[in-house]
Amino acid sequence: MKLVGTPFRRVDGRAKVTGQTRFADDLTPPRTCFVRLVRSTLPHARIRAIDLEPARRMPGVLAVLTGDDLPIPFGILPVSEDEHALARGKVRYVGEPVVAVAALTEEQADEATRAVRVDYEPLATIASAEEAIATPEPRIHDYGAGGNVHKRVSLEFGDLEAGFAEADVILEDDCFFDGNTHLPIEQHAALAVPEDEGRVTLYSSTQTPHYVHRALAKVLQLPPARIRVVACPNGGGFGGKSDVFGHEIVVARLALELGRPVKITLTREEVFYCHRGRHPVRMHLKTGFRKDGSITAQHLKTLLDGGAYGSYGVASTFYTGALQTVTYNLPRYRFDGLRAFTNKPPCGPKRGHGTPQPRFAFEVHLDKAAHALGLDPAALRLRHLAPAEAVTANWLKLGTVGLGRCIEAVVEGSGWRRRYGKLPYGRGLGLACGAYLCGAGLPIYWNHMPQSGVQILLDRGGGVAVYCGQTEIGQGSDSVLAAIVAEVLGIGLEDVRLCVADTGLTPVDLGSYSSRVTLMAGNAALQAAERARAILAEAAGERLGRDPQSLVFAGGRVFDAAEPEHGLTFAQAVIEAETRNGTLATTGSYVPPRAPGRYKGAGVGPSPTYSYSAAVLEVEVDPATGLYEVLHVWIAHDVGRSINPTLVLGQVEGSVYMGLGEAMMEEQAFRRLPRRLSPALVHKMPSVLEYKSPTFRDMPEITTYLIEDPDPRGPLGAKEVGQGPLLPIPPALANAIFDAVGARIDQVPIHPHMILRALAAQAKGEEPRCGPRAFPAVDFGPTLRVPTPEEGGDGRALGEDRGGTMSRPASGRPAVRHG
Amino acid sequence: MLRLPPFDFRAPRRLAEAAAILAGEGDGARVVAGGTDLWPNMKRRHQHATTVVSLMGIPELAAVDDGGGELRLGATATLAQVAASDAVRRRYPALACAVRSISSPPLRNMGTLGGNLCLDTRCTYYNQTEPWRRAIDFCMKEAGTVCWVAPSSPRCWAHAASDAAPMLCALGARVLLRAHDGERVVPLEELYRDDGIDYLNKRREEILCAVLLPAEAAVEHCAGSFWKLRRRGAIDFAVVSAAAAAWFDAGGAVERLRLVLGAVASRPLRVVAAEELLAGRRLDEEAVAEAARLARKAATPMDNTDFQAQWRGLMVERYAAAALRQAAGLEPGIRPPHHPL
Repeated sequence: MKLVGTPFRRVDGRAKVTGQTRFADDLTPPRTCFVRLVRSTLPHARIRAIDLEPARRMPGVLAVLTGDDLPIPFGILPVSEDEHALARGKVRYVGEPVVAVAALTEEQADEATRAVRVDYEPLATIASAEEAIATPEPRIHDYGAGGNVHKRVSLEFGDLEAGFAEADVILEDDCFFDGNTHLPIEQHAALAVPEDEGRVTLYSSTQTPHYVHRALAKVLQLPPARIRVVACPNGGGFGGKSDVFGHEIVVARLALELGRPVKITLTREEVFYCHRGRHPVRMHLKTGFRKDGSITAQHLKTLLDGGAYGSYGVASTFYTGALQTVTYNLPRYRFDGLRAFTNKPPCGPKRGHGTPQPRFAFEVHLDKAAHALGLDPAALRLRHLAPAEAVTANWLKLGTVGLGRCIEAVVEGSGWRRRYGKLPYGRGLGLACGAYLCGAGLPIYWNHMPQSGVQILLDRGGGVAVYCGQTEIGQGSDSVLAAIVAEVLGIGLEDVRLCVADTGLTPVDLGSYSSRVTLMAGNAALQAAERARAILAEAAGERLGRDPQSLVFAGGRVFDAAEPEHGLTFAQAVIEAETRNGTLATTGSYVPPRAPGRYKGAGVGPSPTYSYSAAVLEVEVDPATGLYEVLHVWIAHDVGRSINPTLVLGQVEGSVYMGLGEAMMEEQAFRRLPRRLSPALVHKMPSVLEYKSPTFRDMPEITTYLIEDPDPRGPLGAKEVGQGPLLPIPPALANAIFDAVGARIDQVPIHPHMILRALAAQAKGEEPRCGPRAFPAVDFGPTLRVPTPEEGGDGRALGEDRGGTMSRPASGRPAVRHG
Repeated sequence: MLRLPPFDFRAPRRLAEAAAILAGEGDGARVVAGGTDLWPNMKRRHQHATTVVSLMGIPELAAVDDGGGELRLGATATLAQVAASDAVRRRYPALACAVRSISSPPLRNMGTLGGNLCLDTRCTYYNQTEPWRRAIDFCMKEAGTVCWVAPSSPRCWAHAASDAAPMLCALGARVLLRAHDGERVVPLEELYRDDGIDYLNKRREEILCAVLLPAEAAVEHCAGSFWKLRRRGAIDFAVVSAAAAAWFDAGGAVERLRLVLGAVASRPLRVVAAEELLAGRRLDEEAVAEAARLARKAATPMDNTDFQAQWRGLMVERYAAAALRQAAGLEPGIRPPHHPL
């Protein structure tokens, strides 16, 4: 391969570094007017009345909307369509949009929002998942799994008790992973432009234009064909722009009403309220180990603080359990999960979606197991790796598994065998691993259509236009798409023109989430390009008098492999083909393979294949202060094959950065005032200064190893890299701190006072640990028992009808099965 | 983005003119220099002004004059200029260190020394937008009645946030204040009040014009040190800082010493008990430890900034000790923070 695998410059790089890229907020067509939102100042309250008249009389005001103007609910998952563009009847968190004001200028809209008066009747508030399960009334929503529980899950794969009976050692751990947010540099912006014939185009910083398209059609009650959604290049997404947001619907509605472009750009504070970030999760993990470190059974319990709305939360709940099985042999497994509603901004998918929390629990737990069993943590893991191509206890089909090579690479690079456990007091090494999806196996709404499509048009001048719904969010997906097409057709990147993320012009791609784009859009592009090459080869072969099979496409030419000078330019080949066939266009599409699980809930977790990562982190801890510094991170990632190693490295380093932020300092924290004085429950610090995220000065040296073992399911062998490398970082930090000072911090972020608390306990002869003590009493609902492949199961639960997830439940709503 | 409310902007070229505007405009007038504090505060609507008077067009306010004796630093000299100034680096290196630790390079390029000394007190219940503050029904410092940091408290607990102030107080700096009706020179220390709301002993129409550093505080006579704790070395405000300035007698005992804490009270906090304890003593480990304990006792870190308040209390002890040790030429005893010292 000429291009794929080389560190070529990203196709949007020059535009980005010279300021030419047009993000949503850069678009301001003539006659644009501006929207600002009035947001709830109460965490939970009935809306008694809204007085809009003073705002309507303010200078420049063109229109004012409330929830009653947009009465149809929506939500990213069909099972939890619980949101309105503007709150109706009730508000559920501070920061929830209540009123939209459009004016000639942003300043006028801003001033007018200050004139809106909302009369609220406060309701009791719920601040945590523990509080939610203990407080069924008042309910935040009138749907869900009863009280303030959104979702309960209980799945048992295999005979757990038999597994624990086989164990030599049983370990139990309680831990907590706090919530945090995505913090993309670009604040969400959306511009809606009315078109002829009652049509509207929405330009938005969204990762999921297709889902926004569907929601707009539903809420605005318009035929989808009249709506076009263009996802502008995102200035970072990380999952925070994967939901449909009320402000997108508001500007589309106002553009249609006012007949002029309508724009909104959120403030940084508003982005904190959009949230959809990492769920705070309490976890309890119980695992049986044999003396050799092999696992006999594992029981994981998770309790998720979901915030005020559903978002992706049902999927997030399943994801806190689904991927525990894909790294090491785990023959019997039980997962209990519960997501609660609370009066805080909704949680949702953030890089790693639901998996970094249980991965933290598991990898710290393994470190403790290694100590308890007198084994080296790296050796323990290497000895019990999940085998490639296996079907796990919870019926996930694995692809290639590069985890062993990842561990070997970081163990070698960090001098682990020589240095682990032997560094001077205060300095330590920690090892942890992780795994992630390469695209969710199922779409979020039930259909059998492709999850990604690509169309290629060939120009007789030799240019190639590639159309695909995929969305560039900074991860480099445009470059991947262009490189795959250029590689197959043997042309340069400069000959490829992209048209992406436009529901009016491009074939559907479900969006930039679940690390699906390289694999899914990449495979669709590969198919479309190979079809184009076949047409060109046929025509060129005829013209050259050669067997099409013998032709090579490279260097902008089509030529005989045996006689390279005998050939055509690429443009001549197009002319030959167009002369014979008429206008040239091909398509490609991708549908993931069907996963073997058939039980209810089997839809979350399957992926065409999985990526793997391992990291060793070196830390220096000051026992006088508890302050610590991460000195070095060695990380290896099994990417299958790099389409562009520079971009892969960027994703790995970005994941390390984000993982360190979560592990060291980031917290979506809230303040509740004394309840006798105030009903307030507010985000503690919705600003980039006070929400602490590392800067580049806080970044350690990173040594990255790319493990390349091409997976036939990926395009040219490629797997994901955008999310997986985050996973090992938080547990590697906790494990390194243990190696440095002997303190176990079973929660993240790890603040210095926690280390001092554990050291103080150590000095008193107590367990040197900081973390939650006991898991609350939780009713996870009836347990679905699913025999494992090893037990001769067929993928179904005991007592479940043969329809499995393919059936529609009596409610008429499809069962959950998406990512 | 957050938008500024409308106001009149004045940019006089002469100090007398600025003083006259301030005298004439009444309570709605405010002074701005670099704007790194005032503009965000006005955007969040917790500081208000109908007229803003910029000092940046007045050349005499920006000058740094080093006659070899007292060093005069103009109030609108930027923090970057102060940190890079030859005289400051050579004669008052601890001040250069403190100023270099303020925020980030872009903000040091805009922010001024005078602005840093007059920095509004900070609190996580206060440095928020107007809708956020409405959600807590505001607070005592602005538009409300309760101090949410300590709801039964009759006073506001917003904390002092300047890094230059504790160091300059330790070095015994004085400031020149000028109004339409005259001028005065006061010890910087006396500029501050231990009140989160009325934190400056300064009439509204007085302009802070210059900082005067005594020759006796220069490095050949005085050992200065500054230690600052914050989450991120690239930008954050201090959550604890400790500035020390020590004069030793010929025998190596402390003749005189000032220890001033930042971010743990509504004003730069002199730890007089520690100063008295150390006078006449050698700065050995035992003396340092005793003094650091007194520093911790004097401080009142509250839950209104980053990090856990109780832990910050312990850090007062650790950072005060580090500052004293450094002044005595001992190892600091804690791992140095990320920023250059």
